Amino acid sequence: MSMISIKNVSKWYGEFQVLTDCTTKVSKGEVVVVCGPSGSGKSTLIKTVNALEPFQKGEIFVDGISVGDAKTDLPKLRARIGMVFQNFELFPHLSITENLTIAQQRVLGRSLDEAMQKGMHYLDRVGLKAHAGKFPGQLSGGQQQRVAIARALAMDPIAMLFDEPTSALDPEMVNEVLDVMVELAQEGMTMMCVTHEMGFARKVANRVIFMDRGHIVEDCSKDEFFGNPDARSERAKQFLSKILQH
Amino acid sequence: MNYNWDWNVFFKSTGIGSEIYLDWFISGLGWTIAVALVAWIVALIIGSILGVMRTLPNKAAASFAAGYVELFRNVPLLVQLFVWYFLVPDYLPEQTQIWFKQELAPTTSAYISVVVCLALFTAARVCEQVRTGIQALPKGQSAAALAVGFNQAQMYRHVLLPQAFRIIIPPLTSEFLNIFKNSSVASLIGLMELLAQTKQTAEFTANMFEAFTLATIIYFVLNMSLMGLMSWVERKVRVPGMMGGAK
Repeated sequence: MSMISIKNVSKWYGEFQVLTDCTTKVSKGEVVVVCGPSGSGKSTLIKTVNALEPFQKGEIFVDGISVGDAKTDLPKLRARIGMVFQNFELFPHLSITENLTIAQQRVLGRSLDEAMQKGMHYLDRVGLKAHAGKFPGQLSGGQQQRVAIARALAMDPIAMLFDEPTSALDPEMVNEVLDVMVELAQEGMTMMCVTHEMGFARKVANRVIFMDRGHIVEDCSKDEFFGNPDARSERAKQFLSKILQH
Repeated sequence: MNYNWDWNVFFKSTGIGSEIYLDWFISGLGWTIAVALVAWIVALIIGSILGVMRTLPNKAAASFAAGYVELFRNVPLLVQLFVWYFLVPDYLPEQTQIWFKQELAPTTSAYISVVVCLALFTAARVCEQVRTGIQALPKGQSAAALAVGFNQAQMYRHVLLPQAFRIIIPPLTSEFLNIFKNSSVASLIGLMELLAQTKQTAEFTANMFEAFTLATIIYFVLNMSLMGLMSWVERKVRVPGMMGGAK
């Protein structure tokens, strides 16, 4: 059964069409990497999955629930989908501990004890237990992003969305975040990742989606995508040749 | 200047009971604080609600708040006070009118008018600051708040407002001081706050210079203390690594 199913989704900003007839799905336990040039609509697509971006046409189902349906309880649905942002977006006025526990308490109704236990478990997993009492502004970018991943995991999500999680990081900090993501993928988490980290894609992705100007141009297995370059579209070849050159 | 300063004037009897003129100033200061503080609390509550409304996706709510701001910001404070004190009571339901005009002590009805006036006037200014505070936050903050499952109210309560208020403490401090200074308009409808007592002392004693010098000093010290209070609040809520807070 597919965990995330995107069917014929189109989206416009006024006159400008950002997504055109996008269709794809992510099965349970699958890791799908979405790549493509700037402005191709990949971030917009991933944000339609938890309804951070509305769309005008098509349907999206997450675990069988329609995202576009006006009757859907969006906060409840979003609480089940973890999301990691390019700029971390930890809550800067709250300590790391509070960042990890606040949604568990306020949204899932967990007790402080339970929320703390869960939060600390995941903080430990991303290797930052010693920083529990600090504030986001006191951590490095890489550390903040790991906390952001822990914050999402503490909600026991059924799937995780990553929106360019390493793009705002210093080069030295990219790996510490990717390591956490690789581990997560290997444990069987369902993941949809917008990223240009092709090394990550090669290592853990099941499928790769390539987007250009709002269209899904390629949607194939990792082996097909990287192993059979001749069968790729011109646009994808061009893109890959540029980012794989160095 | 050939003037014989007489600072002892404040310790002279007013001729009313055992009061000295200094007592008038103390009582005036009390009214100034009572007017400004109550009006400030109301302004903060109404202004915050309006400020949030201005940032809501709901167009009706946003334009109501915008209209409110334009109305209350573009009419002089003194005009607003006269409207609240002289005009509005005439349009109240009859029972309320009798109560407001006849049953209430004149001081109380003046007090109510000036508090309502200052609160609504200042609310428009607080609204704009709350709005800018919220809009100054990165867009990703609301996205992150929604992504963890917060509803709109929780997003404002737990994520947006705690940050916005920290950002706007300095301009809010100005408004806090302004409301104390603006409270002097109350003297024009007969409420015996600090300025009214000063004028009265000047008239009774003919020591105008001393009276206004003392009033100036009292306003100055009062506002300096309020500024001190607000910077204490600012330090108290400062978060390490956020907006200039030391790491």
